[in-house]
Amino acid sequence: MGDDVRETLAAAMAAERLRIVASLIRTTRDWDLAEDAVADAAERALLTWPRDGVPRNPAAWLTTTAQRRALDVIRRASTERVKLEALGAQQELDEQGGDQPVDHGVLTDDRLRLVFTCCHPALAMEARVALTLKVVAGLSTGEVARMFLVPEPTMGQRLLRAKKRIANAAIPYKVPEAADLPERVDGVLAVVYLVFTQGYAGGAVPELAEEAIRLGRLLRDLMPEEDEVTGLLALMLAHHARRDARLVDGELVTLEHQDRTRWDRAAVDEALSLSMPPGRVPGPYRLQAELALTHLRATDAADTDWRRIVRLYDRLLHVQPSPVVSLNRAIAVGMAESPAVGLLALADLAHHPALQGLHLLPAARADLLARAGRDAEAAAELDRALTLAPTEQERRQLARRRAELAGP
Amino acid sequence: MKFLMLVSLDPSRDRSDEDLTGTLEVEDWVTKYDDAGVRLLGSQVRMAEDATSVTRREGKLLVTDGPYAETREWIVGFDVLECADLDEAIKVAAEHPMAVGGRLELRPFVD
Repeated sequence: MGDDVRETLAAAMAAERLRIVASLIRTTRDWDLAEDAVADAAERALLTWPRDGVPRNPAAWLTTTAQRRALDVIRRASTERVKLEALGAQQELDEQGGDQPVDHGVLTDDRLRLVFTCCHPALAMEARVALTLKVVAGLSTGEVARMFLVPEPTMGQRLLRAKKRIANAAIPYKVPEAADLPERVDGVLAVVYLVFTQGYAGGAVPELAEEAIRLGRLLRDLMPEEDEVTGLLALMLAHHARRDARLVDGELVTLEHQDRTRWDRAAVDEALSLSMPPGRVPGPYRLQAELALTHLRATDAADTDWRRIVRLYDRLLHVQPSPVVSLNRAIAVGMAESPAVGLLALADLAHHPALQGLHLLPAARADLLARAGRDAEAAAELDRALTLAPTEQERRQLARRRAELAGP
Repeated sequence: MKFLMLVSLDPSRDRSDEDLTGTLEVEDWVTKYDDAGVRLLGSQVRMAEDATSVTRREGKLLVTDGPYAETREWIVGFDVLECADLDEAIKVAAEHPMAVGGRLELRPFVD
């Protein structure tokens, strides 16, 4: 079979699968049927396109074939009630004009409906993540299972329960009302960001970070007016751009010591292009993105606009107070003003209950003390941090810093 | 569609710092949603110690006092709501003062 047919099909599926699934879920109310009908249409394309030639409009062909397949399945089902539903679905499909070219204007809403339903707060977080990767991102159950290190049947059950719950708990298939939108958008972004951070967590699964970025791009296409959506995409790209410089031969490298030529230029450029339109009030994702973008713009640590970073941390603390943000702000103050001023800011945090037992505070103090030339004190702080480091990787990184000091 | 809304006390909650923003007085809530045709029926019910449990096991009728299970939350009332979907029911429930002091549970009717 011609590779060009496979490529055409892959491209058409990448562009249209979500639209077709989302509109079939609306018309048939049957999630599995919608996914199966699209998979079936793709299989049919593989059989008929090499024989009959690629249709003039592959997207419209796939849409029509999937719709017909779904209707066939409903018609063949035996109960009267299902037949009535098929009639309703048929009517809706007729009104849409099944054979017409795909109307992107109307169907954009279906994709949003699907996203908001998969990320509905009445679903457990685990279910939201699984549904989003399976139905929105279009991964197979096996792929999602492998990414979360669970057996495939377990993931299959989780997805089945989630779809049942959507029907049984009366979770609607719609875009939330304007009044609820900011909160619900935050909910969707939390799912995507969780997928992204899983890509960097202990068992680091890079595919998850890439899927999260793809989801981020999709959400931005669907909601170009929501700056937090754009902000999250910029934030993820900025972190992802540094992946090869951040982890060298299994060792963590701090931002300051990263070889910036190893940053992924395409990701850096995409992140930098996602700046905030003027006149908006930045939300937490936007502020975190701007922090990351400020680092991306600098040629090295000394060239970094630390005063801007301090201002951004101040605004972030205002919208989303957290002791870890306060700690990072103190370090930035140390860079913008002097290590002594930074140490003063850290002293304010010394007794914060949320920071007790973590390596972050002594590691930050060590950093500023070393910059001030107080190596012996820095070494003592690093010794404390070493006993608290949560992972072997971080412990080794602290040990390297300890070895670089001239201390005892 | 119809939803059963169970209203429960949450005895584990510290009730001193209740922030009732966004909720209505219970009388106002009832009037608002009765008038809107959303609340079809509802009442406070007696506490768990006045409950009677009825079971039939191997043909034998068993009547016992008290609730059927040890539950940490105590059902004190219920409402039957007519709403388009869960989102609408959540909106209605969110204005009930017991959303703050206790816990509301939405159960769609099986149609």
